[in-house]
Amino acid sequence: MRVLKFLLQKEFRQIFRDPSIFRVLFIAPIIQLLILPLAANYQIKNINLAVVDHDHSQYSQILINKIVSSGYFRLTDYSATFPQALKSVELDKSDLILEIPDHFQKDLVKDNKANLFVAANAINGIKAGLGSAYIQQIIQNYNQTVRMKWIQFPRFNPQPTIDVEYSDWYNPNMNYPFFMVPGILVMLITIIGSNFAALNIVKEKELGTIEQINVSPIKKTYFILGKLIPFWILALVVLTAGLIIARVVYNIIPIGHYITIYIFSAIYLLAILGLGLLMSTYAQTQQQSFLVAFFVIMIFNLMSGLFTPIESMPHWAQVITWFNPVSYFIEVMRMVILKGSGLADIKNQIFAVIGFTVFFNGWAILNYRKRS
Amino acid sequence: MNQFFIFVKKEWLHIWRDRRTLFILIWMPIVQIILYGFALTNEVKNAEIAVFDQSNDVATVTIINEINASRYFKVIKNLHSYNEIGATFRQGKIRLAVVFPPNFQNNLLQKNYAQIQLIADASDPNTANTLTNYATAIIHDYQQSLNQNKDLPYTITTNLRMLYNPELKSSYSFVPGVMALVLMLVCAMMTSIAIVREKEIGTMEVILVSPLKPFRIIIAKTIPYLAVSIFNIACILLLSVYVLNVPINGSLVLLVSESILFTITALAIGILISNGAKTQQSAMFTSLLSLFLPTLLFSGFLFPIESMPWPLQIISNIVPAKWYYIIVESVMIKGLGFWAVWKETLILVVMTLVLLGISIRNFKIRLA
Repeated sequence: MRVLKFLLQKEFRQIFRDPSIFRVLFIAPIIQLLILPLAANYQIKNINLAVVDHDHSQYSQILINKIVSSGYFRLTDYSATFPQALKSVELDKSDLILEIPDHFQKDLVKDNKANLFVAANAINGIKAGLGSAYIQQIIQNYNQTVRMKWIQFPRFNPQPTIDVEYSDWYNPNMNYPFFMVPGILVMLITIIGSNFAALNIVKEKELGTIEQINVSPIKKTYFILGKLIPFWILALVVLTAGLIIARVVYNIIPIGHYITIYIFSAIYLLAILGLGLLMSTYAQTQQQSFLVAFFVIMIFNLMSGLFTPIESMPHWAQVITWFNPVSYFIEVMRMVILKGSGLADIKNQIFAVIGFTVFFNGWAILNYRKRS
Repeated sequence: MNQFFIFVKKEWLHIWRDRRTLFILIWMPIVQIILYGFALTNEVKNAEIAVFDQSNDVATVTIINEINASRYFKVIKNLHSYNEIGATFRQGKIRLAVVFPPNFQNNLLQKNYAQIQLIADASDPNTANTLTNYATAIIHDYQQSLNQNKDLPYTITTNLRMLYNPELKSSYSFVPGVMALVLMLVCAMMTSIAIVREKEIGTMEVILVSPLKPFRIIIAKTIPYLAVSIFNIACILLLSVYVLNVPINGSLVLLVSESILFTITALAIGILISNGAKTQQSAMFTSLLSLFLPTLLFSGFLFPIESMPWPLQIISNIVPAKWYYIIVESVMIKGLGFWAVWKETLILVVMTLVLLGISIRNFKIRLA
């Protein structure tokens, strides 16, 4: 036990005496947590709209005003012909074209039906999908007002009507940072947990100081614990800082208990640190170790459901996510913080993460050799 | 000149003999393209939902079947009380609950009016929005079928066309993004680490006393990474055309030349970072924070730049990847020529020259 104490003392001194590590450990995650959720916003606003109005009627004018005043669209281009509007899409000045044909008003009032033409720049699928859905909704509403003006509706519904009522639970204001902040916090902690311990060991290898440890009577379990514990503590401190930022800056107050978050995080960090250790036992240089860690963590983060929903993935990709510790943590964070899930609700995830902990650490200890 | 090539060869051997690093440098773009192309989509499908049906009559069963038959939904649970809704949400199993009140069909056919409640898990706002939209559309279709498709008067029909990417495939925006990411990573991150590593281990001293001019040494270090990047670009383009079916609509020569220009920008950044960093760790983390994240965030391929707060929109302008992304998108997907991207190209050229200028001025021949 005394050996472990000295090892811990050594590690903490090394960490605190290197200002660059300290900067990267604390300041970087905090800055990221302040910037990332603002940038990682899928909410689509300010869609640039090009209008080609061949009709120039009162009706087309009302429609255009209605679309612009909805708040989703910005009128950036008012072209005389469609090819001209298309050019503004090519140059990225507009995202969406609304073409109002000749005689739009006349067709609608006299012939009872009229056409509109909408073209969207669909290179970014979500943006095109949501943008065209918004504009269609506005057109429908407009259609409804026109209809109301011309027809006197009877007091009772002449036809069976289903009224759909919506409730948005857990995040009624549709606040996007509520969804992203817990996930981003997981990503940051994962990067710290997997990278620092690994780099630390490989640095000793590369600089040759590991030789001294190898010839000492320190048992390999102690050596590994000595590397694990400091970063485990630091990562929990970063988690705490992150939760405080989430509360103070983004006003995210977990519905579940903080204790649930900490219990899960403590186990999860052991798994991730174990993964880092495992990678470090294979790497010879810091460059290698960093690149391998980066590669693995990148795949873990992409396949975690942080940016894109897991249910939408094809089956084989969903199977991969079962072997991804990050996906469990993100799920748990969102469940506890936003929906108030308790330990009983997340027991499957806890068992999975315990499994990862045993697997990664066991393999790392087996693979760590005192001989080079 | 001969000396110069010997240095290039030396650096090449460094990369070539470190098989693990080389393996990752080659496979990273391939894996990324495959993941982005096949596994990751923002499209919502197969969302698991629950039904709380208090009527259990022909109308509700028909609606439930229609919802279940669509590719967006999978009904996985029948609930029997209101309290169960919250419990099921908390277990993280479902995204949406559909609630039918008692006497649904009676109300619908006799009073001509019935209600359905859709409860969405809005912790993910976009998915919640999309799912309620889909479910509402299915319910309206059912209502329409009851009305025997009578045409309503004064109807505006909207014809919709999706330009460039009619199937709304995510790979169209991911491929240019991955190109920017990979090039930044391979060039800037790897060169900065390679240079700082020689400093840290002490071999830089040996190199600096050689007769070759210091700046040539640095250039010699970057050339092998330039070669690896060009190989990576080739892999990405081949994969995207033949595996993901993303076409190259514009000129291939233009696309490749612009990519090489961007690679040089990235190399210049790498040299700049290596000037400032003393240890490999600080070079790695500086690259990660100042290159990888901004490229991911501000190139515009994951998150729309227009939706960001204005200070971030301004910051996005100094990120080279943003301009490169616009160029690749215009040339590769929209099939435009040089006339459309000369401005962005000019910005990249100026950025590269400035970066190279700063890094040459700051390059220290003497070790501290």
